[in-house]
Amino acid sequence: MRKKEKIMEVKQKPKILKKRQPNRSRVGDFFVYLFLCMVAVAMIFPLVFAVNSALKPLDELFMFPPKIFAQNPTLDNFSDLFVTMGKSWVTFSRYIFNTVFITFVGTTGHLLIASMGAFVLAKYEFPGGKTFFNLVTVALMFSGYVTAIPNYLIINGLGWIDTYWAIIIPSFAAPIGLFLMKQFMEGLPMSLIEAAKIDGASEWKVFMHIVMPNVKPAWLTLIIFQVQALWNNKASTFIYSEEKKTLVYALQQIQSGGIARTGQAAAVTVIVMVVPIIIFILSESQILETMASSGLKD
Amino acid sequence: MKEYIRKYFRLRRHNLQVSIKKAKRSKMCYLFLAPYAILFTMFYIVPVVSSIVLSFTYYNILESPTFVGLQNYISLILEDDIFLTGVKNTFMIAVITGPLGYIMSFLFAWLINEIPRWIRTIAIVVFYAPSIAGNVFVIFSIFFRGDAYGYVNAFLMNWGLIGRPVLWLTDPKYMLPICMVVILWMSLGTGFLSFVAGLQGIDKSQYEAGYMDGIKNRWQELWYITLPNMKPMLMFGAVMAITQSFGVCDVTMQLCGYPSTDYAARTVVTHLFDYGYSRFEMGYASAIATMLFLIMILCNKAIQSLLRRVGT
Repeated sequence: MRKKEKIMEVKQKPKILKKRQPNRSRVGDFFVYLFLCMVAVAMIFPLVFAVNSALKPLDELFMFPPKIFAQNPTLDNFSDLFVTMGKSWVTFSRYIFNTVFITFVGTTGHLLIASMGAFVLAKYEFPGGKTFFNLVTVALMFSGYVTAIPNYLIINGLGWIDTYWAIIIPSFAAPIGLFLMKQFMEGLPMSLIEAAKIDGASEWKVFMHIVMPNVKPAWLTLIIFQVQALWNNKASTFIYSEEKKTLVYALQQIQSGGIARTGQAAAVTVIVMVVPIIIFILSESQILETMASSGLKD
Repeated sequence: MKEYIRKYFRLRRHNLQVSIKKAKRSKMCYLFLAPYAILFTMFYIVPVVSSIVLSFTYYNILESPTFVGLQNYISLILEDDIFLTGVKNTFMIAVITGPLGYIMSFLFAWLINEIPRWIRTIAIVVFYAPSIAGNVFVIFSIFFRGDAYGYVNAFLMNWGLIGRPVLWLTDPKYMLPICMVVILWMSLGTGFLSFVAGLQGIDKSQYEAGYMDGIKNRWQELWYITLPNMKPMLMFGAVMAITQSFGVCDVTMQLCGYPSTDYAARTVVTHLFDYGYSRFEMGYASAIATMLFLIMILCNKAIQSLLRRVGT
């Protein structure tokens, strides 16, 4: 027995060594790691700093010389935030509700509508389909600011100003969602759909029960992009009444409250940033799976 | 010649009939696409077209638009000094942060591609978090605060490098560079994710084959194997980078104020907001939007034709 184990050990050792890729020097690897560590620290530093500022009591925020890490971390800023906002006409929870509502409805609707479009664009050929997809790719190439003014006029014409719909409905049409979904669905075998059709499923059933469950990674990707866009949406041009304003908008108001509100501003910043980051952490592997098919072919 | 033209038209008509027949057969497809197509037309196609149309008019929302020809464009380019400042700033930001952010995205995606899986997962979160965390960049305004409590000021004063606090975000000298640093910090976005995923998808056997054929170091490997394989992702990443870097306005508006001192941090988009939402000169603002649209599309097309040559 022991002999056998020894042989195994001997056999395994070269294998571990072989796992190193060719064309890589150890010195190079060392510098790569060092460089990555340094950059990672630089990238994460402002985020850590934001969290620390939110945890600092008032006297530490105005200490000279200032310290980066909180000495006596407290949650005072968070509770102060609720007190300050509670005194104002609209409570803080209302802002949170607004943002959550807009994000939830906007994301769900976008997911459904974009997937329906992506499904037929990816799996069937019909006149106009290709042209339409090309138009969507062109739309990826300019940012929403270009269309901001006509959009305002259109939404005004529809009478959606000062409602949630002014933010939610246009977000359904985000081109990046359709683009990523279509690219991902192209990898789905056609035989799967045909088999279901032979078994007598209607198109809608094929879509809901065959296609959608098979593209779950892409769902998460659409969700994260949409959440990112909606959660951070100020919507200051569309919404005037205080009780419909979003969290980010409230954040800006607190920040403009001056230096005395620094701690509270940091607390809101932390609340705003935590949600998208957590969603991303939870869905990272699926998102990467989708992004593998994100390439733009010509 | 007549015969030829007649034949051509017959062919055309035939093609049309065929596609109508096809369209009739694929009714279901149109039904599925309809919700998205309607919304897309409403909020993307119509706005772009109407923005181009409005740019030739004078329109202030209250009165109906009147046609003024090229007047808006002429005054934009010849008379509006602030717009030119905005264009200059936008180009400065785009030319510096666009390519740098793009290269950074690819570089980091490539470097973390080989490290063990669990470290890679953490690294992706760390690199991607700034771009997804939204308005966190306002924390930089505490960081660069103009008084002695600002961190940068306190640090530099402690070391005796400056005698009195520098007004980082109100002094035109420092505004743009600080904004660029912040934009670069947030630039590892969608394109970065696309690169990471694309690198994972490259067939490993290609590297082995390359090793056999005498590729000596990681740089050769990068140029001859990795980059050609990544072309579609590189295109996608470029589109994202260009769109983002020309649309800069949030960072400059929130860090340097709106309007900023001497308009030193004005960008094209800020100018658009100014005329569209503060002065309600929609025609003029549409002209700005149309220019921005053309710049973005042209840049994208140029970069794409450039990228097509990578690795060949």
